[in-house]
Amino acid sequence: MSFQTSLLARSRWRPWEIGAWVVLWALPLVAGQHAALINEIAILALFALSLDLILGYAGIVSLGHAAFFGMGAYGAGLFAKHVMPDPLMGLLVAMVLSALVGFITSPMIVRGTDLTRLMVTMGVALVLYELANKFDGLTGGADGLSGVVMGPLLGRFDFDLGARVASAYSMAVLFLAFVLMRRMVHSPFGSSLQALRDNRLRLSAIGLSVNGRLAAVYTLAAALAGAAGALLTQTTGFASLDAFEFHRSADVMLALVIGGVGWLWGGIVGAIAFKVLHDLISAVTVQYWTFWIGLFLVVLMLVGREKLFRPWTWWKKRS
Amino acid sequence: MLTLLFDGIAFGMLLFVLSLGLAVTMGLMNFINLAHGAFAMAGGYILVLLMQKAGWPFLACLPAAFLLTALAGAGLERLLYRPMYGKPHLDQVLFSIGLVFMAVAGVDYFIGSEQKNVQLPEFFRQRFELGSGALSLGMGSYRLFIVAVCVVLALSLQALLAKTRFGARLRAAVDDPRVAAGLGIPVDRVFMLTFAVGSGLAGLGGALGADLLGMEPAFPLKYMVYFLIVCAVGGTSSITGPLVAALVLGIADVFGKYYVPKLGSFIVYSLMIAILLWRPQGLFVRQGVR
Repeated sequence: MSFQTSLLARSRWRPWEIGAWVVLWALPLVAGQHAALINEIAILALFALSLDLILGYAGIVSLGHAAFFGMGAYGAGLFAKHVMPDPLMGLLVAMVLSALVGFITSPMIVRGTDLTRLMVTMGVALVLYELANKFDGLTGGADGLSGVVMGPLLGRFDFDLGARVASAYSMAVLFLAFVLMRRMVHSPFGSSLQALRDNRLRLSAIGLSVNGRLAAVYTLAAALAGAAGALLTQTTGFASLDAFEFHRSADVMLALVIGGVGWLWGGIVGAIAFKVLHDLISAVTVQYWTFWIGLFLVVLMLVGREKLFRPWTWWKKRS
Repeated sequence: MLTLLFDGIAFGMLLFVLSLGLAVTMGLMNFINLAHGAFAMAGGYILVLLMQKAGWPFLACLPAAFLLTALAGAGLERLLYRPMYGKPHLDQVLFSIGLVFMAVAGVDYFIGSEQKNVQLPEFFRQRFELGSGALSLGMGSYRLFIVAVCVVLALSLQALLAKTRFGARLRAAVDDPRVAAGLGIPVDRVFMLTFAVGSGLAGLGGALGADLLGMEPAFPLKYMVYFLIVCAVGGTSSITGPLVAALVLGIADVFGKYYVPKLGSFIVYSLMIAILLWRPQGLFVRQGVR
């Protein structure tokens, strides 16, 4: 019994994790005037969480994760506009759609080097961007998809202008995704993903299918990213080409790196830090905030991720 | 038809010069440098500023753009890039994206966000017309000049890499830095010089292309994809690979934008994905490297 508990200890909920979720849940209630910002943070956190799944756990460097975000955004928007305005059904449809795209494109990421994967993922996002731009009859092209009217959540709560319902909704989806991912990461499947990241050859040597696992995790991550995109469309009532753009892929990677790759809380911490940083710097210089985020990135990478966030190790000798 | 082909070749040649430095740092030094476009932008702006503010003639600005960006490249390599060589690719990607962001915002701040245009000298604004009908070929003399410069550059670089002592040292330093250092090759200096030449070439390309591509602060982000496509598709271990890739890309882009303008760059991106699925290492791969 005791070795079992010690093995399971890693996957048990820590008290601070429960505390952090209580705080996160309390936020929309306490800070109601910042509900729009909280909503944005929750969406970015969900997006970062999905990137963490493939980058942090499976080790796929992707610069085109916005492809699935955009798929979800447009999927949810079009579904609400043409089929039915129920948010939960829309969310489901958007996730299935993104997962489908993820599944179709997953054979593309199993081959080649880091550079090839970088280019292929980016290429998929760019192709989808061009398609969304081309079929402007359906997507509204460069003007964006407007006129998305959402029905009430669960048939009861209307999306209000103050974004209170929206932030609670996004937070709930984020929470569900987090719990699901937490469960998955500590399952045998999650362990095999980390083994895959560290050494592909050995994983295949112990008789597990590398490609199958990659396809599965890529599809799952695509579905989660699609959910994030769907949330954005549903809570703002608008989808634009911006959802497919390169800077979205770059931003989410930034957020994840700030928070920490390969750590479930990394996406959430990173999203909070990124958005707050964005708000603070934008308050000083709206136009040039990219300069400071760039400087931050350069310093972070030069000093090393491990080191910068552990100031007590700065004066220790290198081992 | 032939005119389009010619324009495509000129655009491809320009892309080749712009991406060559990236191919060198990526293939030879194994460093993913997304900030390469920033050097190209620097070259373009040096040309624009020298011509407008200092009144230099166009042809004198080209070498100046090359030298100044090469110097900047050498300085940055020394200060920032060197510690990043051994790091994982993800770190390199993020580091260089950070540099791009800084460059874009910096140019925006100091020079302004509007697009800068270049006043070409009189003799570059002529056009030659050959033949007639469907096979007529119209060549702008400036595009002819670009093609000529690029051919000379490609040939001399190939000779530099394959025939000279420096080329041999570079290849040795890349294959195994430790052994190369043990044989008395100054690996650090070879890398710095290579990086400087690569950046200088980007600067020259940016200066040459300032008229065709247009200079604006978002330049490094806008064309980053193109540079990366050239390197990924062409393979980064030779000069021929990027050359062929750049030509294919340039021609496909010009034709695509002319015949199906609504699809935009769709064709180019799909082509890239198809080629990468077919040959994940790029079209031309040097065998036997690790």
